[in-house]
Amino acid sequence: MKNKLLACPYIVWMVLFTIIPLGIVFYYAFTDSGTGAFTLANMASMGSYLPIFLRSIWLSLFSALICLLIGYPVAYFIAQCKPSTQRLLELLIMLPMCMSFLLRTLAWVSMLEDTGIINTFLRHLGLAPLPLIRTNGAVILGMVYNYLPYMILPLYSVIMKIDNRLLEAARDLGCTPVNTFTKVILPLSAPGILSGLTMVFVPAVSTFYISQKLGSTGTTLIGDVIESQFKTAYNPNLGAAMSLVLMILIFICVSIMNRFGESEEETEVIAKV
Amino acid sequence: MSEELIRLTNLTMTFEDGVTVLDGINLDIKNKEFLTLLGPSGCGKTTTLRIIGGFLSPTSGDVFFNGKRINDVPAYQRKINTVFQRYALFPHLDVYDNIAFGLRIAKLPEREIDERVTEMLEIVSLRGFENRKITSLSGGQQQRVAIARALVNRPQVLLLDEPLGALDLRLRKDMQNELKNIQQRMGITFIYVTHDQEEALTMSDTIVVMDKGKIQQIGRPEDIYNEPQNAFVADFIGESNILDGVMLDDYVVRFFGRKFQCVDKGFEKNEPVDVVIRPEDIDIVPPEQGHLIGTVTSVTFKGVHYDTIVDFKGFKWLIQTTDYCPVDSTIGIRLNPEDIHIMHKSEYSGLYGDYSSYSAEYDEIADCSEDDANEE
Repeated sequence: MKNKLLACPYIVWMVLFTIIPLGIVFYYAFTDSGTGAFTLANMASMGSYLPIFLRSIWLSLFSALICLLIGYPVAYFIAQCKPSTQRLLELLIMLPMCMSFLLRTLAWVSMLEDTGIINTFLRHLGLAPLPLIRTNGAVILGMVYNYLPYMILPLYSVIMKIDNRLLEAARDLGCTPVNTFTKVILPLSAPGILSGLTMVFVPAVSTFYISQKLGSTGTTLIGDVIESQFKTAYNPNLGAAMSLVLMILIFICVSIMNRFGESEEETEVIAKV
Repeated sequence: MSEELIRLTNLTMTFEDGVTVLDGINLDIKNKEFLTLLGPSGCGKTTTLRIIGGFLSPTSGDVFFNGKRINDVPAYQRKINTVFQRYALFPHLDVYDNIAFGLRIAKLPEREIDERVTEMLEIVSLRGFENRKITSLSGGQQQRVAIARALVNRPQVLLLDEPLGALDLRLRKDMQNELKNIQQRMGITFIYVTHDQEEALTMSDTIVVMDKGKIQQIGRPEDIYNEPQNAFVADFIGESNILDGVMLDDYVVRFFGRKFQCVDKGFEKNEPVDVVIRPEDIDIVPPEQGHLIGTVTSVTFKGVHYDTIVDFKGFKWLIQTTDYCPVDSTIGIRLNPEDIHIMHKSEYSGLYGDYSSYSAEYDEIADCSEDDANEE
């Protein structure tokens, strides 16, 4: 009984700020902005936004993969260090997260813009300036920079938990260091890879600030469109419909990723033991 | 049987923190023998095993395999497989894939892999468990998978690091027999690490008793038990009463102020020695016929025999006898020459073999110290 009471504050919180707002989103998504009558028009107009949805998904998936490629070696390296070094490196990885998200993105603007630090430097060297900002690359860079820690930390904690005796067993059974990695370490860190990909993909796909500052009109993300429905276009019903569709798309993507890792889910538990 | 397979010469191992765990290990291991490294925890037995397996490199000294120095050969290139303490099975693979792991790494054709895995499953009686998850197996079954996973690679040597430590007594006895059978049937050298002396005596062709990073004695189980080389071995293998004595001449030893006939020779005249008397070798007789007369201070029923503690002039002996002697009764004992075993003095002299602190008497000792405190 006591345990149930302890959950009360959270349940109240969830009902007030998750369930009810979700209902409101739902309500708005299926009503007309003028009359408030039930309509499917908002949903029907989603088709024209399909390219933006797709662009959001592929840019954030791509960012998540780059985060994985950068994050895995880093996490693996940290896991091999002495405990004191590990704590220091962990702190360094989390440090940027303590800085404001807006500030971090603005910092990249001043680095990448046409009169920014990089191009000024190039000009001093007598080289032609590069078109860095307002590209897909800049948006991906912004996403990777902002969300990389969310990839490294779950990977690091899973790799840490892999029992060293399993690696010895692999060596004993004839594995070269490369074999040990591909046959034992990689499969055992699959749960970390999945949760890292999810943790990067989910916030990246719904972000709006990064693409506004680092992208162009050609790199508008669905987050930007949703924001504009509320702030400039004054069509909250359409915005709600987009949010709803985005949420469903995220659910689908995440469940596909988890399907891949279903068999590995249990190994995480064992690795802890 | 006599062909030498592994030779360790002058192995020493000092860890980074300056602790020396191996101190001059020299050991020849013959092909197809069952050799046991036996000793208390921290004696260096597991370190020795890990050096043979290639998981540690010795600080100094050499490891030879078939006459070739293999210090620099990595673990994955050695024809040696290991059954790890607590098994270290791969949790992401099922029983079949765990056993097939080494063969797949060796890129054997899938048909041969299947034949050999199936054969191993038969040997360890795990047919029908192919697709079970490792976590769904009992300790004994995991143990068998670990053995199968190592043996399927047909190694020349199998290293076993306290493989039965996590099993209950009954299962342990069964597995001891099974392991010995497998070893004889497959003709593989087993190097077995344990701290359980009974396990070592039951299974081994050769026992290596270790303590403090040194080999204390190497021999057949019977030799180790009957002819221990020092007080440590005598105490670690079985129970022993160890007394101070003086070797007066060949075949004559004096202890407790009395001369005894014995079967040992080759000591200096009047050399101080340790005298070992096994508790089961002592004959209880009426006091007037005894070589020594003492008072029974405690009796514990053990099933097959009574553990009887007898006080001889302040030194307490353990006697294992089927005759019940009540506490406080006065008894005599007789010692035949072959019951008395003489050892040179060693660093272990005086540390072992006195049963004054034998479990049943802890209360009495505690009482004594309390009295002492009160007197002050």
